[in-house]
Amino acid sequence: MGLELIIPILAATIQSGTPILYATLGEMLTERSGVLNLGVEGMMIFGAFFAFLVSYYTGNPWLAFICAGLLAGLFGLAHAVVCLVFQGNQVVSGLALTILGVGLADFLGTAYVGVSAPGFSPFDFPVLSAIPVLGEIFFKQDALVYVSFLLPFLFWFFMNRTRWGLALGAAGENPAACFAAGLNPVKLRWAGIYFGGVLCGLGGAYLSLAYTHLWTNNMTAGRGWIAVALVIFAFWRPGRAMFGAYLFGGIMAFQMRLQAVGATLPSSLLLMLPYALTIIVLLFSSARGKGRQAPAALGVNIEPGE
Amino acid sequence: MRKFVGIVMLAALVAVAGFGATVAQAKELKVGFVYVSPVGDAGYSYAHDLGRQAVAKMDGVKTFYVESVPEGADATRVINNMARKGYDVIFGTSFGYMDPMLKVAKKFPKTTFMHCSGYKTAPNMSAYFGRIYQSRYLAGLVAGSMTKSNIIGYVGAFPIPEVKRGINAFTLGVRAVNPNAKVHVVWTKTWYDPATEKEAAKSLIDIGSDVIAQHQDSPGPQEAAQEAGIYSVGYNSDMSQFAPKAHLTSVVWNWSAFYPVVIEKVKKGEWKADNYWWGLSEGVVDLAPFGKMVPQDVQDMVNARKAEIKKGTFKVFAGPIKDQSGTVRIAEGEVASDAMLTGMDWFVEGVEGSNQ
Repeated sequence: MGLELIIPILAATIQSGTPILYATLGEMLTERSGVLNLGVEGMMIFGAFFAFLVSYYTGNPWLAFICAGLLAGLFGLAHAVVCLVFQGNQVVSGLALTILGVGLADFLGTAYVGVSAPGFSPFDFPVLSAIPVLGEIFFKQDALVYVSFLLPFLFWFFMNRTRWGLALGAAGENPAACFAAGLNPVKLRWAGIYFGGVLCGLGGAYLSLAYTHLWTNNMTAGRGWIAVALVIFAFWRPGRAMFGAYLFGGIMAFQMRLQAVGATLPSSLLLMLPYALTIIVLLFSSARGKGRQAPAALGVNIEPGE
Repeated sequence: MRKFVGIVMLAALVAVAGFGATVAQAKELKVGFVYVSPVGDAGYSYAHDLGRQAVAKMDGVKTFYVESVPEGADATRVINNMARKGYDVIFGTSFGYMDPMLKVAKKFPKTTFMHCSGYKTAPNMSAYFGRIYQSRYLAGLVAGSMTKSNIIGYVGAFPIPEVKRGINAFTLGVRAVNPNAKVHVVWTKTWYDPATEKEAAKSLIDIGSDVIAQHQDSPGPQEAAQEAGIYSVGYNSDMSQFAPKAHLTSVVWNWSAFYPVVIEKVKKGEWKADNYWWGLSEGVVDLAPFGKMVPQDVQDMVNARKAEIKKGTFKVFAGPIKDQSGTVRIAEGEVASDAMLTGMDWFVEGVEGSNQ
């Protein structure tokens, strides 16, 4: 396999990894604030649908991208109401959010299936795209990919170098101490759920605005669940999230090209690879005790009066 | 207020009941369609729904449809409901409806059942499909004439006989005009996932394909071809709107040539269980209009071959035909039987890729 085949695989890797990267960072943000939200798939598809809808009616993909994020965040707040107001079970509520989101998007979107809308297309990033090899892999993508390159760094900076980020992290590690320090962990978790939902929605928007330029039912096709697994894979760190998302994208891109060149391996085996990898990674990370790096208060509700 | 609502609801009920009575008096033929995907998908179910609309235009016929019905238990429920409500004819348009429909057909012997793409029949249940492979062969002639790299990409849904038959017919068409060309296959294991199908097309483009054909319902592969500045062949309905610059032609269904005929037979009492497999000559399958980039001589050549298939003087699967390993599967002078076609699980020479 020569360079002329490896470069397209790596370029495709970035593209298939991007929606997963947005969603993984979204779920990571929510979990760092101490809330487990299994509704990623639901928020993603919600975002994918509204991104398509806004782009279809306004013709402005940037507006569509932003609206998709904001609306998916609002949708995710249903989880906040259940978990933060009524102290409901986070797992159940998250699953319900996924089922509701997929069903709602399916219902609202029926009339638009297969319809195209304006979106983002790849362009050569000035100067950087001229770099040999690397330029071709990283800088001949669409605008949303370039935005996603910055996200892990912004995420890290926010969580470790800003007051709000540190407070958010405290709400996930030790809500009682957070409260004692004069902060309101419940409010912080509201923010964690909302902005996590926004990022998941943006990941969904990538599917209907850049990956393809159309809407269809069940567009996310399980990518939200991969994002949930990747948060654990990444040990709640944004840099590793980027690595994980591209690893997944890479396997997808690779198995297709392996088929294209005429490999006689059964395609079912190749299509299984990303999922087999998820299990292996979870197995290894648990065996090494890395699961303990989860935010200490993850999944634990804050009881009133605590 | 509550009283008022009650009165309105009562009035509505009376109106509905009255409407039902008039329907019964007119003795309209009630025809139901069960689709596996939404009708708005520009794909498989959309093509069936165009056929339903042709039936709806007939006198004394009322049509109904239920879309996005998953294969399996849900299908049984939907088909059973239709039969219980007194539908006279029920069309199930997906392979996985076969057993559910057979089960319901036994319970409702007076109802006529039509199942698409399967093989099981009953005294009141027919199987039907179209010889879409004939259109695929013609599309192969076009693709083989247009390729310069001699690499053609084919995005396949699932490795089942229906899809493999299509790939084989297409490849035979390609190699009839261009013996050096190869058809590379990528399986997506999806019927409708635009992102994955587009990605599969892109992977085929990366290895040098300059024509992309597909056997899925989404226009994802068309988009990929348009963006890469190469050619494409669509499926189900005319897909030119998705890739005007790339679209050579589409392999299309034309169910309006079949459904009204069935309904006419039922009305006259001439219907009996059968296994319908109509093709180009009956107009159930066809090619969409050629794109502007297809030269006139290619169009003429394809149209001439189409006329021969229609007349029955040319058969797509006529020997000698070798498989991928070079073994002769259909000997010289032989023509593949329908039984062989429906169970086709091998690839002809010229196809590159795994057949599973």
